[in-house]
Amino acid sequence: MQHLWSRLKQSYIFHSFIHDKVAIISSIILIILLLAGLLAPYIAPYNPYNTANIDIMDAETPPMWMEGGSAKFILGTDDQGRDMLSTMLYGMRVSLLIGLGAVMVQALLGITIGLIAGYFGGKLDNLLMRLADVQLSFSTLMVAIFMSAIFQTFFGIKQYEEMAIPFLIIVIGLAEWPQYARTVRASVLAEKKKEYVEAAKVIGFNAGKIMWKHILPNTLSPVLVISTIQVANAIMSEAALSFLGLGMPVTKPSLGSLINAGFEYIFSGSWWITIFPGILLVVLILVINLLGDWLRDVLNPKLYKG
Amino acid sequence: MFAFIIRRFFQAIFVMFLISLIGFSIQHQIGDPIRDLVGISVSKAEREALRDKLGLNDPFLVQYLRFIKKALHGDLGRSFFYKKPAVEVILSKAPATLELVFVTSILVIIFSIPLGIYCAIFPKKIISRLIMGISIIGVSIPVFLTAIMLIYIFSIKLGIMPSFGRGQTVHIFGYWDSGLFTLDGLKHLVMPSIALTSIMLPLFVRLIRAEMMEVLESEYIRFAWAKGLHPWRIWLVHAFKNTLLPVITVGGVQLGSLIAFTILTETVFQWQGLGFLFVEAVERADTTLLVAYLIFVGFVFVCINTIVDIIYGLVNPMVRVIGKK
Repeated sequence: MQHLWSRLKQSYIFHSFIHDKVAIISSIILIILLLAGLLAPYIAPYNPYNTANIDIMDAETPPMWMEGGSAKFILGTDDQGRDMLSTMLYGMRVSLLIGLGAVMVQALLGITIGLIAGYFGGKLDNLLMRLADVQLSFSTLMVAIFMSAIFQTFFGIKQYEEMAIPFLIIVIGLAEWPQYARTVRASVLAEKKKEYVEAAKVIGFNAGKIMWKHILPNTLSPVLVISTIQVANAIMSEAALSFLGLGMPVTKPSLGSLINAGFEYIFSGSWWITIFPGILLVVLILVINLLGDWLRDVLNPKLYKG
Repeated sequence: MFAFIIRRFFQAIFVMFLISLIGFSIQHQIGDPIRDLVGISVSKAEREALRDKLGLNDPFLVQYLRFIKKALHGDLGRSFFYKKPAVEVILSKAPATLELVFVTSILVIIFSIPLGIYCAIFPKKIISRLIMGISIIGVSIPVFLTAIMLIYIFSIKLGIMPSFGRGQTVHIFGYWDSGLFTLDGLKHLVMPSIALTSIMLPLFVRLIRAEMMEVLESEYIRFAWAKGLHPWRIWLVHAFKNTLLPVITVGGVQLGSLIAFTILTETVFQWQGLGFLFVEAVERADTTLLVAYLIFVGFVFVCINTIVDIIYGLVNPMVRVIGKK
């Protein structure tokens, strides 16, 4: 442990981290948001999923510092009388869950396909990369919108809403795998020619072991960089889908569906239902993007453009 | 070159085939053309007779071939809600989206090129850092949120801008009702196009900057400096020309994002275009229209991508060679 710590302290990443104010501030905010999302059931003043707590008479109460606000609801309430702060915390929890889950699906799918395409090459590589090209050319958000629209028409709105979290994870995961596949393939192609791979082959390890145990660890820095950006993208996609009514239902809102629900009430002056979740969403995506940018500058891997 | 075009052409046909297959499977699985035709008040026996007559009990493949044949003749079925051919509905909504995309593209081109070049040439200057900082914030704000903020500030608080719809339009010809030629129409166009620009502009500024900085590092630019050419000539003629190529290809990919973002923008502003039509079709479970939209957008998209690729191949011989392997 002591050894690991001193190694980390001398590493280049650590050095550039403590000299970059933006990176430090972003990661502090991100950690706070992650903790807030994770601990939402413990720190939120109310439980927005529990209908017994909700009183429709409280609906559209403004934030406490405004006229008509009450100290009971710090950031006011939404159109159903739920406490905004609690609903936002729970909503961020859902958004983070879907974002991280979707990135795991993409990474698993993309890394496997990228490794296979890069390692075996030939016709298989050609086919898989063509497929990735075609899907990427359609833009991930568009594919995700179409897929969830199809899912929703196929399963019906009610069933879709019950299964929304796994559906969204799958939809966003399936829509974005090509990013990983292309990046991993490019690094595999570079690593494949190196001597340690040949040595492993000579020892007689099978292809699976060489791919996962030997080559993959050497392709991790580009994977790390895109993973960061992909989490932000996935959260953004989820918000967009929910905003279109293709994502989380209002009863179990994510940040996107909260913004959508509040949009109707913005004309009657209840701006807080939309603006507060909006700010939270932007801050969340922004700090992840800033960290991603910083990581890319530090690790400087060869990334696929576009 | 000829082989390259042929190969690219076949790829386009293959993608269209895939899209049509997906589209048809959706229609086959979900859509109920009988409901679309007669409503729900007809007896079961009559429905079955109609099913047989329309060939809906034929094997999947036979029906698919019939679907393709009709599609090639420009017939993608009738919309359940509009009671009109789906293609007609789509064509009547397309101009609204095209106008929005057109104005946005102009804004993006006007602003992204100078800003991107400036940030690439002077990456250390405060203005460049400011531009890059704003651009990362711009990338992080979802387009629907920008749109909502614009509505809140300019329509609700200040009350100087219309918040939804296209306003007064002028009939030009065919399906084209234009909002570009009336003051009211232009006024309605301002906020949607600003919202759409706010998300596309940062993407392009960052892209142009990254590509240009890479080009500025290259040997021939150093040689141009050594020859003592005027800086502006090096930046604009030598460097920028070679920046444009990758920008065009990556920019082509952004077309898909643009379509996705128009869906979001149009939903917020209730802009009567294709994106709004799509969301409505999903809400009404108008399967025929949904599939028609999918195939229409897929077709436009594949056409543009193929053309961009072929132009790129014409300009840059390396693509042709690499594409061959």
